[in-house]
Amino acid sequence: MPRSAHRTRRILQVAGASAAALLTLSACSPDTGSDKGSSPGKPSGTVTVFAAASLEESFKTLGKKFEKEHPGTKVAFSFGGSDTLAASITGGAPADVFAAASAKTMAIVTDRQDAAGAPITFVRNQLEIATLPGNPDRISSLKDLTKPGLKVVLCDNTVPCGAAARKALDASGLKLTPVSYEQDVKSALTKVELKEADAAVVYKTDVRAAGEKVRGVDFPESAEAVNDYPIALLKNAPNPKAAKAFVALVRSAEGQKVLSGAGFLKP
Amino acid sequence: MTETLESRPRRDRRRGRTRSVPIPLLVPALVGLAFLLLPLIALLVRAPWRSLPEQLTSVEVWEALRLSLLCATAATGLSLVIGVPLAWLLARTRFPGRGFVRALVTLPLVLPPVVGGVALLLAFGRNGVIGQWLDSWFGITLPFTTTGVVLAETFVAMPFLVISVEGTLRAADPRYEEAAGTLGASRFTAFRRVTLPLIAPGIAAGAVLAWARALGEFGATITFAGNFPGRTQTMPLAVYLALQNDPAAAIALSLVLLAVSIAVLAALRDRWMTAS
Repeated sequence: MPRSAHRTRRILQVAGASAAALLTLSACSPDTGSDKGSSPGKPSGTVTVFAAASLEESFKTLGKKFEKEHPGTKVAFSFGGSDTLAASITGGAPADVFAAASAKTMAIVTDRQDAAGAPITFVRNQLEIATLPGNPDRISSLKDLTKPGLKVVLCDNTVPCGAAARKALDASGLKLTPVSYEQDVKSALTKVELKEADAAVVYKTDVRAAGEKVRGVDFPESAEAVNDYPIALLKNAPNPKAAKAFVALVRSAEGQKVLSGAGFLKP
Repeated sequence: MTETLESRPRRDRRRGRTRSVPIPLLVPALVGLAFLLLPLIALLVRAPWRSLPEQLTSVEVWEALRLSLLCATAATGLSLVIGVPLAWLLARTRFPGRGFVRALVTLPLVLPPVVGGVALLLAFGRNGVIGQWLDSWFGITLPFTTTGVVLAETFVAMPFLVISVEGTLRAADPRYEEAAGTLGASRFTAFRRVTLPLIAPGIAAGAVLAWARALGEFGATITFAGNFPGRTQTMPLAVYLALQNDPAAAIALSLVLLAVSIAVLAALRDRWMTAS
């Protein structure tokens, strides 16, 4: 099943989010009780993290680390589009931490006063051109994408990667007509993986995650459109202590190492 | 005399049925009705009526609607050209494995449309099983084109037409065709002059079903044909993408599709909805 099964994934995301919410609800009330009784410094219980889909691999690694470092804790994730996650948080989903792929999507949460304290940028993500393996079309710059006959896919302007690509193109004064505006970064990349498109403008981290199936080409204009990834503790967090510890891990040298290993840039 | 005897108890039974509907049936039936209607009512209640005129006069909306209507009609036409003969083959001829073929024909009905899109991509994509030959021999690539949209919609909608026409063919008496044959008509002439007029209502009903299904097609289209305004972005795609950052626009677009669908049903009500 390719990643373009977006609708299904959305439904699964919502289902996953509600399942995580239920888990937290059922797991938390006794936990917070025992929490107060036992040692006050140690985090325990389940911490629920809502995170952008592009963070999935690195955050899963960090979650395992966290559970190992703090015995008795469990990290429940809900990965998805930042906008969807933000909507479920403002809709009352009992999450502890929110990590978004853009300041704009984080603002949905902070504007509703749902965050405890100001969000902090913990990584940044840069765009890269994904080409076919071996780069048969010899693409070496953003300008090369405007060559006639080349099939290029972009993310739709409504999603963060599309907005970033638009920014980079505008900054360099290029006019690029793609064959398709894909609904998210993953389906844009899939079109190149399937060799239906010659190139796509996606995140560096996605190119790295795709491995041998695509080739990444850096372009200087991507510096004009770097996405900040903010993380925030949520106001109604059921487990604030563990949440604080998780955010600390993400921001620690150890956490940053995992994230930069996935291709993220330091803030 | 016999007629009145027969018709009276039948009428009584019918009247009795309407007089007392058992509660265990009535309650779930009303819940079912509400379940189907409430989301549509919600769409009307939450519609951004004030900004609606400007939402609907944008170029993108008309492009998407025009493309939707055009592609759905083309997909229906294509379905008629290849679907009616297929239905005839299934209903009127005998060949080994016919039951299996019929099951395969109905497969797209139960297949998730996204899976259909993936399958189309692997078959007709630039790198696909057939697509790579189309590309290297004729320079034809189908993904990201309006033709691709028509193909995706045909794949999903044609089974509705085939099933409808095949059912009508089975109900139609083959002896008319045989009579035409004994009078010297070839089998194709018999099909054209006798069978087709005979099953015309079934074909029309199937075509309408297929058209409506094609109009609402989303999964196969976005997977196979991508999304480009004016070329492959049909209304359902526009609705989906608008929902990501502008829910009001998504509602407005949904209203248009709802209106078109209702208009089609209303126009057809007298012809096929009340039949049978």
